[in-house]
Amino acid sequence: MIMMTTRQWLATAAGVAILLSLPLFLPNFWLVNIFGRAMVYGVVALSLTFLAHYGGFVSLAQTMLAGVAGYAVAMMAPTAIPLGPMAMPYYAAIPLAVLAATIAGAIVGMIAVNTREIYLLMITLALAVGFSLFAQSNITWFRGYEGIRNIVGPEIMGLPFRAPLVFYYVALGVAVSMFLLVLYVVRTPFGLVLQAIRDSDRRAAAIGYYVGLHRIASFALAGFIAGWGGVLITFYNIGITPSSIGLWATVAVLIMAVIGGLGHPLGAFIGALIYTVMDTFASSIIGHDRFNTLIGVVFLAIVLLSPDGVWGFGKRLTAAVGKAPQRTVDREKTS
Amino acid sequence: MSLQFILTVTLNGLTLAALYFIVASGFSLIFGLMRTVNMAHGSLYMVGAYVGFAVYDPLYASDVWASHAWLIGVVAGILAAALVGLLMQVVLLGWMQGQELRQALVTIGLSIIIADQLLFLFGGNPFRFFTPELLFGPTELPVIGRYPIFRLFQVVLAIAVGIGLWLLLNKTKLGIVVRAGVDDRQMLAACGVNVPLVAATVFALGAALAGLGGVIGATAQPMALGVDARFLLMSLVVVIVGGMGSIGGTALGALLIGLAEQWGQVLFPTYSVILTFVIMATVLAVWPQGLLGRKPT
Amino acid sequence: MLISRRKTVAWAMGTVAAMFAVTGALAQDGPIRIGSITTLEGPFATGGQDAYRAMEMAFEAIDYTVGGRQIEWIRESSNATPDVALARARKLIEQDDVDIIIGPLSGAEGIALRDYSRTLEGKTIVNGSSGAADTTLRDPSPNFFRFNTEGTQWMAGLGTYAYEEMGSRHVALVAADYAFPYAQVFGFMHEYCELGGAVTKLWSPLNTTDFSSIIAQFPSDVDAVVLIQGGTDALAFLTQYAEVGGDLPIIGGSITADQTLLSARGPHQSLMEGMVAAGPIADLNEDPNWQDFVARYRERWGSEGFDSPSIHAVNYYTNTIAVIQALEEVGGDLSDNQQAFQAALASAEFTAPTGANVALDHNRQAISDIFLTRIVNDGGTMRTEAFGRTENVSQTLGMEQEAFLALGSPSRDNPDCPPAR
Repeated sequence: MIMMTTRQWLATAAGVAILLSLPLFLPNFWLVNIFGRAMVYGVVALSLTFLAHYGGFVSLAQTMLAGVAGYAVAMMAPTAIPLGPMAMPYYAAIPLAVLAATIAGAIVGMIAVNTREIYLLMITLALAVGFSLFAQSNITWFRGYEGIRNIVGPEIMGLPFRAPLVFYYVALGVAVSMFLLVLYVVRTPFGLVLQAIRDSDRRAAAIGYYVGLHRIASFALAGFIAGWGGVLITFYNIGITPSSIGLWATVAVLIMAVIGGLGHPLGAFIGALIYTVMDTFASSIIGHDRFNTLIGVVFLAIVLLSPDGVWGFGKRLTAAVGKAPQRTVDREKTS
Repeated sequence: MSLQFILTVTLNGLTLAALYFIVASGFSLIFGLMRTVNMAHGSLYMVGAYVGFAVYDPLYASDVWASHAWLIGVVAGILAAALVGLLMQVVLLGWMQGQELRQALVTIGLSIIIADQLLFLFGGNPFRFFTPELLFGPTELPVIGRYPIFRLFQVVLAIAVGIGLWLLLNKTKLGIVVRAGVDDRQMLAACGVNVPLVAATVFALGAALAGLGGVIGATAQPMALGVDARFLLMSLVVVIVGGMGSIGGTALGALLIGLAEQWGQVLFPTYSVILTFVIMATVLAVWPQGLLGRKPT
Repeated sequence: MLISRRKTVAWAMGTVAAMFAVTGALAQDGPIRIGSITTLEGPFATGGQDAYRAMEMAFEAIDYTVGGRQIEWIRESSNATPDVALARARKLIEQDDVDIIIGPLSGAEGIALRDYSRTLEGKTIVNGSSGAADTTLRDPSPNFFRFNTEGTQWMAGLGTYAYEEMGSRHVALVAADYAFPYAQVFGFMHEYCELGGAVTKLWSPLNTTDFSSIIAQFPSDVDAVVLIQGGTDALAFLTQYAEVGGDLPIIGGSITADQTLLSARGPHQSLMEGMVAAGPIADLNEDPNWQDFVARYRERWGSEGFDSPSIHAVNYYTNTIAVIQALEEVGGDLSDNQQAFQAALASAEFTAPTGANVALDHNRQAISDIFLTRIVNDGGTMRTEAFGRTENVSQTLGMEQEAFLALGSPSRDNPDCPPAR
């Protein structure tokens, strides 16, 4: 990732301004259930994109980490049905839940520290499914198959969390914060070392960096990001069940990240938006029954035709239309 | 806990492991040569079972063919899975050889499509093969007593598959090429071997094993949508535990997982499903390459 | 980046505009909009398809018109997970502007929609086929109605039958380890343990297909097996039990003897014939309401449908006719936050297609009749046959709600009556 230029800061500011003013144009359904939903799932996809692009790990454990935060906040939520033994106010429960996801991220990092690429994919998938099966079996804390319900979220300025504007702006705030966090971190010394390790771990180790420690820290950070997504997803779904973090949910986040493009943090949100729109409206267009085939074909087409997703496709399109296509492509390769 | 009980549960684990080995060995074989993690392996298992059943069912209902229906179903299942596997390799995966992650993503996409298309083509009703006459019913075993013949047959079949794979890899020209490919693909191509052809053959063979597993599995247990994920995960865990790309490791991994599942069900039923994942995490922590895996070079 | 972002936004705006064009023109006095959610994806798809067949019959019978207003039916499908059911419900209510939702199909989804219905004003959710007890028992929602009975109710009469008619004193109970079987086990043991029976419980994880080691754990003195498993798992158990030569009588749960089990050929059939169970429907039932319903179902759907309507068809149908009947009563008037309509729903009393009486309790949960069933060989086809009926079974099994709740939530350990050692 290159330094953000003034132009890019302006673009980001303009984008945020547009998103901030969306409630003026959009009906509540679009605000909450398309853009809001895309942003909260996009945050989880962002944690995957962060690991994949800057660390070189395609981790399928991100939904699980979101689930750790989601379950943690549900267990501690003051509104939960049935009420857990650790019930506390939301302002305490939310940070603790994110902390739990951060720690869980570090643990996943430790388990997977010596593996990369395809091995990592397999191991994180197995961990994710193992965790969701555990949640399904455990009654005492996770409430088994039916999960923990009525996690409505805190009231903000006297308004319930589900109020469209409250939910939308909180989701936007968290999404933009996490997006900027990623852009910031990758320019810090830590982020630069991480990318050096991605490109050649031996070289980085030879220079004297603790490769393992950096990897574990990157997983912890990804856990932190996914944790915020997990908390908001749990509020959005008014609760959490094992199916919220099961195999299909795990694959869905991967689909979002890949469709959008693993090459840039923004890809996560673009992918989440496309997925959400398809998930919501595909059934009215092609009928209910074959949604999975549609999403599978779209996913397959993206992987086959534009491995860097819609983001990469857009970038190449821009380059092709613009004056100096060659330079842009080269810069992408070396970034 | 009586000796009879201990032996029964152990034998149950062993026979389950046999099924797991048949399926996972195909996964391991493909991975060993091509470094392709076939996330659609569970889908191939399901293709074998569904197509096998589509052939078997009308035959079984007819008078003339009923006695051979199961065997024909097995063959049909194997062929169908092998064909789908072959197409996957030739049409999609072959030309992105070496891009392991992209291949894994392609197979994930395929698994989503295949599962939905099977639902569309064959409907969502679960089914199972009727154990052929010869292999049906209990037999008397010392100490254990009555035990289903078909489960013992699974073990025999798994041993046959294991020996067959060993012979193939160690005693045939194809095997030499495959083993050479595991060590160094580029060098193999440089020696004039038609690597794409070998890759396609191995992929079809691995897929055929999944198809065989599908029919055997759907004879031992009912078949329903969703088992693709189960058998994919089982294959992943088995080869991660045993060591990637090693047939011996796959056998060891399958044994461990099969026994763990059955004993877990007896000793702590609630968490038995998680036991396999705990084993996997433990193995990874101590032997990152799996029990019998080699360090990747 | 700049251009790309602009493009994204422009694209999004374009999509928004297109969607407005489609759904913008909604009139207040237009048709009554009824949304529905069932499962048309994955393993439950066949049940979901049958549910929609039954709903279609109910609407066709009134020619999509009630109280002088047209009915517009918008169908959605979930994949049997609560998050997706919730997303579909939100789309129906907030985007499609439906007045009433009928659905969903599975238990955890039902609880999610109950939570959602609590946040709604002037909208009503009527259950489809979901059967989790807590959906209506604990913390019910004023906007959620359920005209079908649930897991605990379904077992009414079975424990007594096992103890008194079958003479059973100690059963091995093989049940899947999650909420729905807990409710069923609770319903069975509530009667059976009370009478003095002993139960050895053997839990299996959901989707267990290898029961051999569970079978090996049966105590030697059990005189029957209680099998609380869904179709595939039940089929796996019975086949494996038959393969080791097991011969104890089998007592089933309400979803044990479904089409999967009945239509599959194989060695389990010998064990299955004569299996008793309890539940809200039976294939063979002399009640004229049922005879009529089955005849209409077969005539309408022919070979496309099942041989006999499934439990999901019956449940969706029952809930749909409750909605239709209440709409009729208020003349299609859904104004004033649907108050009159909801009052009509709450006081509805009618006969379900099974011939069972249906009325609601104060939690808006059905009180209805439960059948004792047994599997018979009906000219080469296995079918369930009703041979007894427990009338007006309430969700609290006839107890006061306080006393019933004091028994605790059904779980692995509740209730418990192990054999004396």
